[in-house]
Amino acid sequence: MDASRRDFLKIATVGGTAAAVFGFDLKPAFAELRTLKIGRASETRSTCPYCAVGCGTIIYTIGDRAKNVTAQVVHVEGDPDHPTNRGTLCPKGSSLQQEIMNDRRLLKPQVRRPGGTDWQDISWDDAINEIAARVKKTRDDTFVEKDAAGHTVNRLESVAFIGGCTDTNEFNYLVVKAMRALGVVHLENQARV
Amino acid sequence: MSQATLRIQKISGHAGTVPGEDTQREFTVCKLVDTTTCIGCKACEVACVEWNDMPFSQTTFDNTYQTMPDTRWNYWNLILFNEHEREDGTLQWLMRKHQCMHCAEPGCLEACPADGAIVQYTNGVVDFQQDHCIGCGYCVTGCPFNIPKFNSVTKRMYKCSLCTDRVSQGLEPACIKSCPTGCLHFGSKDDMKFLAEKRAKQLREHFGYENAGVYDPPGVGGTGVIYVLHDATKPELYGGLPSNPTIPLAVKFWKHPLKWLGNIALVGGLIGLFAHYLRFGPKAHDEPDVASKEGD
Amino acid sequence: MTNGWVDMKNTDMMLIMGGNPAENHPCGFKWPVEAKRTRNAKMIVVDPRFTRTAAVADMFCQIRAGTDIAFLGGLIHYAIENNRIAKDYLVNYTNAGFIVEKDFKLPDVDGLFSGFDDQKQTYNRASWNYQGSGGKSPAPPAPKPGQPPALPALPGTVDFDPTLENPNCVFQLLKKHYSRYTPEMVERITGIPKEQFLKAADLYTSVRKDGDMKKVSTIIYAVGWTHHSFGTQIIRTAAILQLVMGNVGRAGGGVNALRGHSNIQGATDMAGLFDSLPGYLKTPTPADASFDDWMKRVTPTSSKPAAWDSFNYYSNTPKFTVSFLKALYGDAATKQNGWAFDYLPKVDRNYSWVQMWDDMYNGTLKGMLAFGMNGVAIGPNSKKNIDALKKADFLVVGEIYPNETSDFWRAPGISTDEMKQIQTTVYNLPCAGFAEKDGSMTNSARWVLWKNTAVPTPGDARLDHAILAQIFLKVRELYKKEGGKFPDPILNLTWNYSFPSSPPLAEVLKEINGKALADLEDPATKQQIKAGQQLPGFAWLKDDGTTSCGNWIYSGAFTEAGNQSARRDPSDPSGMGVHPAWGWSWPANRRVLYNRASCDVEGKPWDPSRKQVWWSEATQKWVGNDVPDFKADSKPKDHMGPFIMTAEGVGRIFGPLAAFADGPFPEFYEPIESPIDNPLHPQQTHNPVVKRFKTPDDKYGTPKDGYTIVCTTYRMTEHYHYWTKNNPMNVQLVPEPFIEIPAELANDIGVHGGEKIKVSSIRGEYIAKAMVTKRIKPMIIDGKKVYQIGFQIHQGYRGIEEDEGKNARTLANLLTPTVYDPNSYTPEFKGFLVKVERA
Repeated sequence: MDASRRDFLKIATVGGTAAAVFGFDLKPAFAELRTLKIGRASETRSTCPYCAVGCGTIIYTIGDRAKNVTAQVVHVEGDPDHPTNRGTLCPKGSSLQQEIMNDRRLLKPQVRRPGGTDWQDISWDDAINEIAARVKKTRDDTFVEKDAAGHTVNRLESVAFIGGCTDTNEFNYLVVKAMRALGVVHLENQARV
Repeated sequence: MSQATLRIQKISGHAGTVPGEDTQREFTVCKLVDTTTCIGCKACEVACVEWNDMPFSQTTFDNTYQTMPDTRWNYWNLILFNEHEREDGTLQWLMRKHQCMHCAEPGCLEACPADGAIVQYTNGVVDFQQDHCIGCGYCVTGCPFNIPKFNSVTKRMYKCSLCTDRVSQGLEPACIKSCPTGCLHFGSKDDMKFLAEKRAKQLREHFGYENAGVYDPPGVGGTGVIYVLHDATKPELYGGLPSNPTIPLAVKFWKHPLKWLGNIALVGGLIGLFAHYLRFGPKAHDEPDVASKEGD
Repeated sequence: MTNGWVDMKNTDMMLIMGGNPAENHPCGFKWPVEAKRTRNAKMIVVDPRFTRTAAVADMFCQIRAGTDIAFLGGLIHYAIENNRIAKDYLVNYTNAGFIVEKDFKLPDVDGLFSGFDDQKQTYNRASWNYQGSGGKSPAPPAPKPGQPPALPALPGTVDFDPTLENPNCVFQLLKKHYSRYTPEMVERITGIPKEQFLKAADLYTSVRKDGDMKKVSTIIYAVGWTHHSFGTQIIRTAAILQLVMGNVGRAGGGVNALRGHSNIQGATDMAGLFDSLPGYLKTPTPADASFDDWMKRVTPTSSKPAAWDSFNYYSNTPKFTVSFLKALYGDAATKQNGWAFDYLPKVDRNYSWVQMWDDMYNGTLKGMLAFGMNGVAIGPNSKKNIDALKKADFLVVGEIYPNETSDFWRAPGISTDEMKQIQTTVYNLPCAGFAEKDGSMTNSARWVLWKNTAVPTPGDARLDHAILAQIFLKVRELYKKEGGKFPDPILNLTWNYSFPSSPPLAEVLKEINGKALADLEDPATKQQIKAGQQLPGFAWLKDDGTTSCGNWIYSGAFTEAGNQSARRDPSDPSGMGVHPAWGWSWPANRRVLYNRASCDVEGKPWDPSRKQVWWSEATQKWVGNDVPDFKADSKPKDHMGPFIMTAEGVGRIFGPLAAFADGPFPEFYEPIESPIDNPLHPQQTHNPVVKRFKTPDDKYGTPKDGYTIVCTTYRMTEHYHYWTKNNPMNVQLVPEPFIEIPAELANDIGVHGGEKIKVSSIRGEYIAKAMVTKRIKPMIIDGKKVYQIGFQIHQGYRGIEEDEGKNARTLANLLTPTVYDPNSYTPEFKGFLVKVERA
């Protein structure tokens, strides 16, 4: 990191001090600058995931999207065309690069068993199968077809879904579809709180 | 390797004239900081750290919203927060972006004994060239704004580069681009002066700030960062902005006659080496050898 | 919000209250600043603390947390008393002239509106109605056996007094209601000195000096208003003030909710909430015996003065609903089975956030799927939520970082022995970050904006919607194989995506937009749409099963012309910040809601320099720089009301019948924990319909117990909720929790800035360093000295500093109470009582 910072400059012609002693030197002095780090990066238009201003962002990734490259994010900057933020970003938006490239990210499914004191790894297939079986069993055990007054209610009062507010409209719509089909009534969201 | 270069108009510790001086015209760039619309959000701080790939620096809470007490070698841009009670009892929460002022007459450059360690480009940007820096810290003495900071590992001085890598490619500095409220603005010095004066007039006429004005101190020849202040008669309220910054007399005194005597790389180098030795002792062998990278 | 971020640049005056946009929406806040810079607009900030927003305001008032209704009611009183009202607007565009039922009673004597049922702690709202023309009002229908008595309907034609003089007209009742909110009363309740209040009131209402309509003012708020046991009514008070001053529907005006998160608007629109279906359709109740019953109950009929017209757009509710059910159940939704009416769960009680944790605590709620939602940290009363999770069978967490909810079983204070007793199975599933998925999000200005995928998910992480789809499809497979309880909705749910286990989101948006299921023709224009084609907008929806549409308000987002939310033309021909071709805005790409009200009765803009829409005599149509929010060919002389989504067609100053649980006018009540009795009516201090919970974890403190300091919670610009404590760049800005306290309080308890203090509510303790500041001053509340403090909520027990043991590993929401607003069910995170001492 330091090395990359330090090789950013050199003075092209300053070495020849002797010439200078004799007066005006028309060959100008230049400094070479650090490489523009987004010079050849790919750009992707996105939207900041944080607040409801919905700032336009441009995600700069290394690699030209060739098949053999896993893109890495080197920089995120505001989208200057976006009418709301016009290229600006707040301190959270300005740090989005570390939100994407973060060594604290969860990378594999885990389970904590009853009485467990730590996480265990679990395969995706096992996790999905176990969760689906639990949802089904809980539903079959507790599904309410009719209420006390005899009205059809067809609801599942023992499984809840809670969603955050940074996922897409499409995700939220799929949640409503799947959960209402199961009969879920404890359907809540960050939008409430 | 980048093709980008910038033309130099002033060089520290340099014998004789600057090659090519005054042979080309270029407009001077300037940052305008309107403290009356600064919300202290620190977007500029993060944008600086992110763009310049700065490593994490540990901070602790210190009874303030301010990120840290002062800028660091790897934290060039800091919002200073000050609570100020006015005479009528109302409160002001003053926030000011503190960073290198890119003075037209840079005290750091004047004070620097190392040939080419500090340069001023023809667009007005004052830049540190770490591969020529000897880490003597004299630039600190020359700077009326306490900007240059020392890295004890690399034994070199650092400060805001005004994103020369961006500016030379036609982009605005990272801090400027990020600023949510537009309290930061970037352009030619003439344009920024115009905008700043216009804003100060608006503050005087429509918002009741009778002493609103522009901070562009003549003692250092004007600056490449100018401020609009609610009260230009009291810049000290904004985290100790000096009301009349000048290059310390000592720096002027010993620097100019020396240059005058000429020839000079040697003497300057010796002084520099000596100063470096006095301050830091002999050079450790495990330091990365920067000079050897010059052939890359 | 009624308007939009960029539109704020058009304002002359801003009241920012219950929000701190400089802190929480910095990039949107550029537009209020722009108004100051380009129009010399003035900004008034009212907040419990001198905030970052206050730092650039022209005037700041420090208010006691939770007393906003008193302040705003005082403004309404001031505007009426000083003739700073929009008379024509009031008469023609609001229900100010509507006559109210004689039995209706204001709460001026005992703090209760008419109809309060002491035992049930609810209102019988029958008297909260308009008087039908000729003094006749519809009688309530006969109650069904076993059902509570039904409310009467709004009268079809309403008695009306255009002079606003009738003592029982809405305007006179409003005037009487707020006559108690004098500057002196405002001072007693809010702590804002009378002189300062009068200065603020004069400044804010100055845009309507002598009733002149040219200028416009806006109100900007956020969760500082919603986080109260009367939050909806605070916003109502603001809306009433804006209607009285004629500011709604106009560029630079309106009532603008700054929603919190990137897609909180979309999540609300899509109805990730128990009490609604996509597009704000009302959920069916068990008492709705059939689809038709349900539609009859939820479809409003117009209610207006005889000479006026009302579009009553919600009269189209059956079209929206049938199309929604066709989207969900396709061919399985038929006219014969009431469009699969039985497939929908019926809701007749509260399942909202706080209630949900109570249900889990009490053992009826066994499992939870939590995607991107940190329920433990968000609280309120985090301890109760942790205790509830200990009793659950299973918890599925979908996240990108480890968090307090996934790790609830090893929260600080839980010993290894205790951990071994916790029987909950927890799945921690790695999801995708924003840059790893495409799809649309809806910002606070209702702009639906598509984003693109930049990078693949890291490691074995999967897309959230893929995980959801895989769980659902596996459940469906099990029902197919094994059978089970009522499998029909599960088996018949449409899921015809090209990759069912990871539905392409563009296909989902197309489904949300809707398509024709048969060939359609518009009888007026003869325009045709073939079966299978995308619909151009919701005007095409049918209630006969020939259209399908997942969310009617999003109809128009993905048409035959392509994905409208992906449009990126930044141009703004009018220069008013409309940007009509950037993304797509619901409804129908309108950028300012109710914009018909930006014109006078004749259809001419109140301010010709800020033209939005207008009546074109030449074309006999409403035209403009924005999409008219109105029936395009309704002539001004027909007097159709501009508020087309209400049955009345006009803005509701009086909220009739079932509109609100706690009163047709907002009345000031104290927060559930308050330092004083309500100065308006000490015998009725709190909102009478608010529910308290009863588990051992639910406790409510009083000054008698020693809790005398008013406390509020908030967010900071440096952090995003509980995410960015994983991000070094944000952690270095604010590395640890802190508590802001007034310098005088610090002096009282002998604490310096940076030293640790302990804040306790009756529910829990929070220890962090003190920030001693002049930005919060001691207040005089009803003659008593009261301190106010506050803290941010961003830390927890999983994060960079937390995992390294550098910060307090404590949760702010251990202190907040389990109580919520009776209309929105949003918890009271702000304005509770605490003690403060050295730690």
